[in-house]
Amino acid sequence: MELLMLIVIAVLFGVGTYLLLSRSLLKVVASLMLLSHGVHLLILTMSGLREGAPPLLDESGTGATDPLPQALILTAIVISFGLTAFLIVLAYRTYKAHDTEDLEQLRGEPNE
Amino acid sequence: MRFTREHDVMQRVWITVVICLLLAFSWYLFFAGHNRPGGGFIGGLMTASAIVLMYMFFGAKEAGRVMRLSYPVVISLGLLVAVVVGMIGLLAGDAFFTQYFDYVTLPLVGEIELTTAVPFDFGVYLVVVGATMAAIVTISEDED
Amino acid sequence: MLYLAILAPFFIALLLPVLFRWTRARQIGWGLLLVPAALFAYFATYLPAIGRGESISREMSWVPSLGISFDIYVDGLGLLFALLITGVGTLVVLYSIFYLDKRKEQLHHFYFYLLMFMGAMLGIVLSDNLIILYIFWELTSLSSSLLVAFWYDRDRSIYGARKSMLITVFGGFAMMAGFILLYIEAGTFSIQGLIAQADSLLGSPLFYPAMVLVLLGAFTKSAQFPFHIWLPDAMEAPTPVSAYLHSATMVKAGIYLVARMIPVFGASEAWFWILLLTGLVTMCWGSVSAIRQHDLKGILAFSTISQLGLLMMLLGIGSAAMFVGGDAMESVYAAAITTAMVHLVNHATFKGSLFMIVGIIDHETGTRDIRRLGGLMTVMPIAFTVALFGLAAMAGLPPFNGFISKEMFFTAMISLQELSWGSAMLWVPVIGWLASIFTFGYCALMLFRTFTGEFKRFNFDQEVHEAPIGLLISPIILGSLVLLLGLFPNLMVPSLIEPAVASILPALDPELYSFRLYLWHGFNMELWMSIGVIVFGVLLYRSLPGVSGWWFFSRERDPLNKLYDGGLDALAVGSEKVTGIQMTGRLRDYLAYMLIFMIGLATYVFFRSDSLVAPSAIAGDAPLYLYGVAFLMILATVALLRIKDRISFIIVLGVIGLMVSLLFTIFSGQDLALTQLLVETVTVILLLLAFRRLPEITPERIPVFSRIVKLVISSAVAIGVFLVGVSAFHFRNETGFASISDFFKENTYELGGGKNMVNVILVDFRALDTLLEVLVLGIVGLAIIMLVKHRFKGGEDV
Repeated sequence: MELLMLIVIAVLFGVGTYLLLSRSLLKVVASLMLLSHGVHLLILTMSGLREGAPPLLDESGTGATDPLPQALILTAIVISFGLTAFLIVLAYRTYKAHDTEDLEQLRGEPNE
Repeated sequence: MRFTREHDVMQRVWITVVICLLLAFSWYLFFAGHNRPGGGFIGGLMTASAIVLMYMFFGAKEAGRVMRLSYPVVISLGLLVAVVVGMIGLLAGDAFFTQYFDYVTLPLVGEIELTTAVPFDFGVYLVVVGATMAAIVTISEDED
Repeated sequence: MLYLAILAPFFIALLLPVLFRWTRARQIGWGLLLVPAALFAYFATYLPAIGRGESISREMSWVPSLGISFDIYVDGLGLLFALLITGVGTLVVLYSIFYLDKRKEQLHHFYFYLLMFMGAMLGIVLSDNLIILYIFWELTSLSSSLLVAFWYDRDRSIYGARKSMLITVFGGFAMMAGFILLYIEAGTFSIQGLIAQADSLLGSPLFYPAMVLVLLGAFTKSAQFPFHIWLPDAMEAPTPVSAYLHSATMVKAGIYLVARMIPVFGASEAWFWILLLTGLVTMCWGSVSAIRQHDLKGILAFSTISQLGLLMMLLGIGSAAMFVGGDAMESVYAAAITTAMVHLVNHATFKGSLFMIVGIIDHETGTRDIRRLGGLMTVMPIAFTVALFGLAAMAGLPPFNGFISKEMFFTAMISLQELSWGSAMLWVPVIGWLASIFTFGYCALMLFRTFTGEFKRFNFDQEVHEAPIGLLISPIILGSLVLLLGLFPNLMVPSLIEPAVASILPALDPELYSFRLYLWHGFNMELWMSIGVIVFGVLLYRSLPGVSGWWFFSRERDPLNKLYDGGLDALAVGSEKVTGIQMTGRLRDYLAYMLIFMIGLATYVFFRSDSLVAPSAIAGDAPLYLYGVAFLMILATVALLRIKDRISFIIVLGVIGLMVSLLFTIFSGQDLALTQLLVETVTVILLLLAFRRLPEITPERIPVFSRIVKLVISSAVAIGVFLVGVSAFHFRNETGFASISDFFKENTYELGGGKNMVNVILVDFRALDTLLEVLVLGIVGLAIIMLVKHRFKGGEDV
């Protein structure tokens, strides 16, 4: 189970990295979303995966899955949401100001 | 930003109902948070989705008339609430962000739990709503 | 009280900007004149005690763990310098009151830098701790370049300031390294502590590196060959500054340091040779270069270089007393040190007065070019008289103080032959004597070209007349000192010179070197050498008009400047090239650097800690539907690479987010699933809003090579993350690592009053984290509003 998830995570990371190195701003934003998905799933997987044991005391009691990684992931989801939102608006503004979202064309002059 | 015709009355009624249901559900999620899945983040995002739906179907102008909120104020208010709740612990001589809870029995409702975590979660709720809406509304109003 | 004396200039300098508000229209120099004058009087009260051979020390601990403490040590050498600094400082402040126009110049800046320099210089000569000395040392470099750049709208001032800064600070760093080497060996930064351990230091392997590094600091500061090139360019400073910093005090800091270090390093023969040769070369180079200058200050700058070389050489000869030994010999070499100290004072008096006279000439005629000057003798009789005193002293004519120190200098050089090399050392006095001829030559040049001959009125833009009396006070005082010290040379020997020599050569018996100076020695070798200097000097001066057409004389700038300028240019071009290679301006290149570094780091850790685990170690069963979900997820993710259409791209991105949410649901993360679901919805709406107007994704035409690089990097990241995940999970299971989660499981209900553990952790146990997280979200919201609503108008590139 964990092995399967790790393969999914590896694909998320690989595609995320590939997109991160591309020229389009949209792809860079998308790559950060993929990478954060990958990180969230990785945190969950490394602490061990449990089916049907939600971290609710009256449902699962002490047999519940580990709540701490979930709390961390929840925080991470919200932070990465804030970051993504900011990046999206930044990309939008960049496009408005420069009429391009191609990072190659946004590149500064040498010695600028 | 508008995804509907202006005078389709049936559609307007349907959407209004859906938005009301979404808002009610978001409040359920917010209060359920302490014992069931839910909480400030989820409630806040759900509320934001409801408001986004409103913006999408009634247009920014009309929705803006209903939602007379300044999102920076909502954000600041939320942060203020969260910090003030944290200060309660300081006033009582405990550490910053010590939360308290107690159970009281009310007539008709029965025993309920009162905890300082709920106002704190409400601060979180406000910030989430404010920040999400700020992002969506400013970008959709920027039509030039 | 001593601390107060050192720090007083700093405190008053700090007050200046505040005071300046009220004194804008007035000459603040009058008030500030009190500072050096009071300090001079204060230090003069130490004279009797120091004259008795005592020394005063104060201790104040600063960073005891590093051996840094603000210790003060006043002995003869320190006091001599302190009096020189405050004494010349008083005269210079007095002079600059009249020299700088209170209406045109930014006087508060000037006095700020000047006071800062004065305090720093006092700190150098009175502190016993090398680190404190170093700090003050760099402060003098700093204030010196600030003063050189005082007229900062002139290119040459900026050039000179940068040059002096680069060279002296370079030396300062080297010196600091030397100090640290000494600390490593001796375990103390205290100069007196080092002197006490001098014998054991001599045998250590760090002795020579430390010596060379410390000497680098001293040589750059004291403008020794080949570091002297900054001094002529520093002449762009206002003339009072040149008189004070660049002839009387700051450039002598190097002399001070070498004198201080003689007890530590003097016992080695290398020390003697380095000092002797550097001093000799500097002396010749300076006096020969001086003769081809046309600018009066240029002549004085090279003359200062030459005199500094002379002082350095005298210290070298004197330090031979340390390693030669023997009673009679020692007193001869001690005489060289005495000469150095006497000449130090003499040089400050005559060079200071000459700089001030040159300033007066510049002030009154508007030029310092000797080709335009002439005949000023009748126009400025007082200035002429003072200049005559100063130049005669510099050339070594009786009855001025320069004559006495020059004779003693010849004595010291001749006495070198008493070393075991014998007459093999004859070349030293010969070269020194030749340099003296050139010195005589440029002195004559200055005197006759400026003051005699035809007065060419049409050469000057302004009416030329004698300087106001205020400007003349300081040079007159210095000029009369020149004469006084020549007629009564022993005036300051017992009280000042002897204690200074005693502190340089502590091992010497005071009875042996009790030294008296005489104007008249009788007909001895030295007198004949002096007469020779005069004869050949006159010949040299007479022949100058004939040879001035030679290429040698047509080049005013020092040839070594080419090396400096070229070096700086090469540095700029080189660093631009290096930066250009690495800073491409492409985001993905920078990201690639980071990723490659991280992959490297992960690989290193894997092999270092031997934690690589085969994936089969954690293989286990998985339900069938999970395979389906995983397959769909991989399919959607890989599809992103192929999609050209913008809207489809965003929707597939949303699908991936929903699949993540589904996975959270499967693995018992209900809160996570809900949050992820809502976040994904809002993000997709935002993406659609932001990117719907943009053109379609342009197909990337990138070279095959960089495509392969991208592929390799991303596969490496994927494999790396996979392996990290495998081994993390494996070791977690193997080691039975106790998680802190059990605490939360047990206490959620008791302490938090809730049953949803994730939520209780967020709002109760880790509420502060949540607050900060919400703060981030709030900042994002506000920043987005700022970004979109309050933007720059028009086509500004932001």
